[in-house]
Amino acid sequence: MSDEGDNLSLTQIKATDQMKQLMVEYYIEAKTTTEKPICWITSGGPVEFLIAMDVIPVYPENHGAMCGAAKIAPGLAETAEEMGFSRDLCSYARADIGGAVKQDGAIPGGLPKPDFLLCCNNICGTVTKWYEELSRYFDVPMFLMDTPFIHTTKTKHATEYVRQQCLELVGFLEKQTGREFSLEKFAEVALRSVAAVELWKGVLKTAESRPSPFTCFDAFIHMAPIVTLRGTQQVVDYYELLKGEMEQRIADGIGAVPEEKYRLVWDNIPIWYAMRSLGNLFASNQACLVADTYTTAWAVDIKIDDPLTSMADAYTKVYLNIAIDIMLDQLLGLMEKYQADGLVMHSNRSCKPYSLGQYDLARAVTERTGKPALIIEADMTDSRVYSEAQVRERVEAFIESL
Amino acid sequence: MPVAGVDIGSLTAKAVVMDGNEMIARSLIPTGHNSREAGRRALELALEEAGLKESEVDAVVATGYGRLAVDFEAERVTEITCHARGAHFMHPDTRTVIDLGGQDSKAIAIDERGKVLDFVMNDKCSAGTGRFLEVMAHALEIELDDMGELSLGSKSPASISSVCTVFAESEVVSRVAEGASKVDIVAGIHQAIASRVYAMAARIPIETKILMTGGVARNIGVVRALEAKFSREICVPEMPQHTGALGASVIAREKAAAAV
Repeated sequence: MSDEGDNLSLTQIKATDQMKQLMVEYYIEAKTTTEKPICWITSGGPVEFLIAMDVIPVYPENHGAMCGAAKIAPGLAETAEEMGFSRDLCSYARADIGGAVKQDGAIPGGLPKPDFLLCCNNICGTVTKWYEELSRYFDVPMFLMDTPFIHTTKTKHATEYVRQQCLELVGFLEKQTGREFSLEKFAEVALRSVAAVELWKGVLKTAESRPSPFTCFDAFIHMAPIVTLRGTQQVVDYYELLKGEMEQRIADGIGAVPEEKYRLVWDNIPIWYAMRSLGNLFASNQACLVADTYTTAWAVDIKIDDPLTSMADAYTKVYLNIAIDIMLDQLLGLMEKYQADGLVMHSNRSCKPYSLGQYDLARAVTERTGKPALIIEADMTDSRVYSEAQVRERVEAFIESL
Repeated sequence: MPVAGVDIGSLTAKAVVMDGNEMIARSLIPTGHNSREAGRRALELALEEAGLKESEVDAVVATGYGRLAVDFEAERVTEITCHARGAHFMHPDTRTVIDLGGQDSKAIAIDERGKVLDFVMNDKCSAGTGRFLEVMAHALEIELDDMGELSLGSKSPASISSVCTVFAESEVVSRVAEGASKVDIVAGIHQAIASRVYAMAARIPIETKILMTGGVARNIGVVRALEAKFSREICVPEMPQHTGALGASVIAREKAAAAV
């Protein structure tokens, strides 16, 4: 592989400026508001309830990703480690706890202090203990939404159990905000959430084209609004804009990677501090990451005729809350739909539920599709455990073998 | 039309010059702190031995961790691909390559043409590599090159269970304190490497013929321990450390032929 291609940069997306503006405005409002309560929420949590109650959702995980990309996460994590938290604990949790104590982070002064917490354990068990820690530290109440793990098929009982908790959450939010829950307003929010999710799915779907107008590295950046603010009108407007730009690229035959030769699927959370170098590494080797298991997690189905039940259903069925056989089916589905030539898996030291089973998944994907899989070891934000030379070696050798 | 392959590893830099189907010269020097300089020097030494000037070489392929640093004109190919090609060139019936180098260990599954089918590498840990053996030789005050022969005399290898080089070194010191002989400790170290490499290599299909490359292949004790672990014969080529550079020169030969 020649070295000269390393300066190739990915085709720039024009909508990026609007996305940044949207996120800046969101964080400014969260930092300066005197009227709206602040609720810290996990990435898989049912944010629609907060939006419907005029509560500002704040995501430590989104902030953790920002700290990772800004390469300041290790410093924040060290503060948590000095407090006694293990280096084996999730680096989002360590960076968040460190950031809360130091009042520091990717936004000046760190995240705004929460008035209450909403923790949904559909993504991992760590969040429960992490949010309990936050609850003690900030001395604020926490609501835990417990989503039963899906081993084979989701049972009616499980959906009903989560639906009941949605009703309890409503009571919790009414008590915390002193306001009454409006089902009408909630339905409006759910409607906008559905619209945003549909548009996001549409954006991801454009990567089925050859060449793909979009890479998963773009998706990692442009997912911020769908994670944090779905249910608001700005998010709907934003994804309309982004989808339009991607469709225009398809019409003009513009690919995200200038000379797309190989199409790959990504598994696991991005390596935030190495996104640019990895993006360039794949692009300079003519490989486009056309889909991933991460950003599709926010492309859930919500039915507007019964938003509560379908939300309970959707939040239970997320990728990290299902058995490995179902994960495999979804992975195979992505490989086929996006016509992938191979699979790249990030074995993420921080995220055990996401990384456990990857060797079995890799083997099964290769057996079923004949396509090779690559596993690279890293951590989503803790760059202290990353070796760039090793990763480059593996990625290039993998592409040479395609 | 002569061609060359240069492999700049973490500990040593190697170069091979080929003319037609023959390897006509080779070199091996310590990499030191400057991988660019080491790559150049290795190439110069091999060319000198071959009686050639750089301008007389049709194509050069650079590989190894230092491949991106070289300042001479060369294509860059990863050492995974180069080891596969080098192993295939020497022993075409090879289907599995185990390469234990200075800082990493890898297992590569290849097809009948020497193409890489799958590979696994060690994670960010030096246990099971050449550096691991160096540390252990130092702890035991013995020569690295003597370890292989020495270990063959062991009747009851000492248990070295730590997966970390630093902790394994303390374990070696403890075994010495407990009165274990150097012979048994060295044999235990080789078994520890074999277990670690086996656990890694078992992730890819292990086919009939295993070829072992890299500097550690010169240690007969590790080779025997691996044979016991894999329950298979392991073939070691005449110059295991040059496999990557040889593979690079084989690729260079193809590039030169394609350019004509």
